[in-house]
Amino acid sequence: MELNILTLCYLIGSVTFIIGLKMLSHPETARRGNLIAAGGMTIAILGTIFLYEEQGLRLGNYTWIFAALLIGTLLGTLAAKKVKMTAMPEMVSLFNGMGGACAALISVVEFEHLMHQTRVGQAAGGGTLLIIFAGLIIGTISFAGSMIAWGKLNGSIKDFSFKGQHIVNLIIFGAIIVLSGYLIISGDAAAANLFYLVLALSVVYGLFFVLPIGGADMPVVISLLNSFTGVAAAFGGFLYNNPVMLTGGILVGSAGTILTILMCKAMNRPLSNVLIGSFGGGVSGSAGNKDQGSYKEISISDSAVVMSYAKKVIIVPGYGLAVAQAQHVCHELEKLLTDKGVEVTYAIHPVAGRMPGHMNVLLAEADVDYGSLLEMEQANEEFPSTDVVLILGANDVVNPAAKTDASSPIYGMPVLDVELAKLVIINKRSMNPGYAGIENELFFQPKSSMLFGDAKSVLQQLVAEIKTL
Amino acid sequence: MEIALDWITLHQQIIYIVILSVFLGIEVIGRVPSVLHTPLMSGANAIHGVVIIGAIIVMGKAEEGNYAALILGFLAVLLGTLNVVGGFVVTDRMLEMFKKKK
Repeated sequence: MELNILTLCYLIGSVTFIIGLKMLSHPETARRGNLIAAGGMTIAILGTIFLYEEQGLRLGNYTWIFAALLIGTLLGTLAAKKVKMTAMPEMVSLFNGMGGACAALISVVEFEHLMHQTRVGQAAGGGTLLIIFAGLIIGTISFAGSMIAWGKLNGSIKDFSFKGQHIVNLIIFGAIIVLSGYLIISGDAAAANLFYLVLALSVVYGLFFVLPIGGADMPVVISLLNSFTGVAAAFGGFLYNNPVMLTGGILVGSAGTILTILMCKAMNRPLSNVLIGSFGGGVSGSAGNKDQGSYKEISISDSAVVMSYAKKVIIVPGYGLAVAQAQHVCHELEKLLTDKGVEVTYAIHPVAGRMPGHMNVLLAEADVDYGSLLEMEQANEEFPSTDVVLILGANDVVNPAAKTDASSPIYGMPVLDVELAKLVIINKRSMNPGYAGIENELFFQPKSSMLFGDAKSVLQQLVAEIKTL
Repeated sequence: MEIALDWITLHQQIIYIVILSVFLGIEVIGRVPSVLHTPLMSGANAIHGVVIIGAIIVMGKAEEGNYAALILGFLAVLLGTLNVVGGFVVTDRMLEMFKKKK
């Protein structure tokens, strides 16, 4: 009877995950979808604690379990409530790493358990070992990688790569496969310490995997690691023959992979390129420092004037805006201009910000009306009839080289056609190239003017200036 | 060959679940507007926190005196809880902002 109730709990869990994900895909239902999935998760967890039995035995150690649940809930809620909206991506990365570590720890404990129980491999069979190893390797890589991604996004870890790094990566990966293959097939208990060698190598692989990748590519990496953790969770499902873990894990695994591919498409980067971890260092050399002529600057007061007297202004927010946390001032500027009768909209490139859709979250936080956010295609139709385009800390997503220069590393990436507008004001901190390390000829075009400075302070000055007009 | 076929027959239910879930995941995600990519990634992140169920089982099975298993299991449950709770709360916070727009 009780086991049947548990089965029902798991069924509810799986169905809520599917419904939750589905509802998360529509703005109106998204929040409810998240709550539904959370509810299903709670049911599945409580069901496991109170109803799960193995060979007729209930679970024990309730004190330990509830202590861990309590501490985890407190810490998790606190961290999630405190984090700033701009720091969201690293938070997701951190939580993802926790999940990966959890999957890896399960494998470690189960392996030890097998070791003490029988000679490895015998009674257990190669299948169980295979699952344990898969969970260990994927979970560990996901954990180590997520930690690096987290460090990179909050700025505490710098890019790091050395010559021949992908060859080293491949060797490490090969070693992981060979070692685990040997242990699984031979089931040699004497060689069981190799298990920990595999663990260590997976940590190293996870580190090397993410370290060379630049900050702007982190979204892709996080999304990929997110799907890794999903797969690791699914292996846990295999191990315990547990349908919620299986469906939940696989759903996230496949959804995460699709999301990763969508992001790569938006950035025009083959996934393999990100996977091998070659982008960070490889491209900047070929871009070179061509002298592209001179650029002109525009003052704060001139910018304020042209924007106040324009009919239509489009703001292009980018990574720089997110870093400067300038979304609130940006909205203030928008309101001021709208009060003066200027039509103001935002053009959102699919990969603007630090994650796809991150810019929308940031602007939503600053109370920007959902309806004034234009997706790339809409925006490109609007640019020819636009008087002023204000670019805030975006670079590669407005680089015309993606359309014209076949030798450019970003050639083929869909970009915002800002150069079609009558005037383009570009706010940047300096003339340094963007994350992809490519010069942007847009800055040197006669229509373009540079407005140097930190996005937040520049916007504050602009707002002050427009108020006095 | 024979072993592989036996394995497939033995685990056919699981194999069906996996294949159908893969397609389901792709279908569900395929129509998401880019606006929701970050909340979605975060929500998916919370969902893979189901690993916690495995962690609870590990923890619950650990023998009284086996401190290595108890400590590792404790850590696993703790980390899994962080993943689940943190993931859902963060997602909710993000989505809360979309909500009030009219």
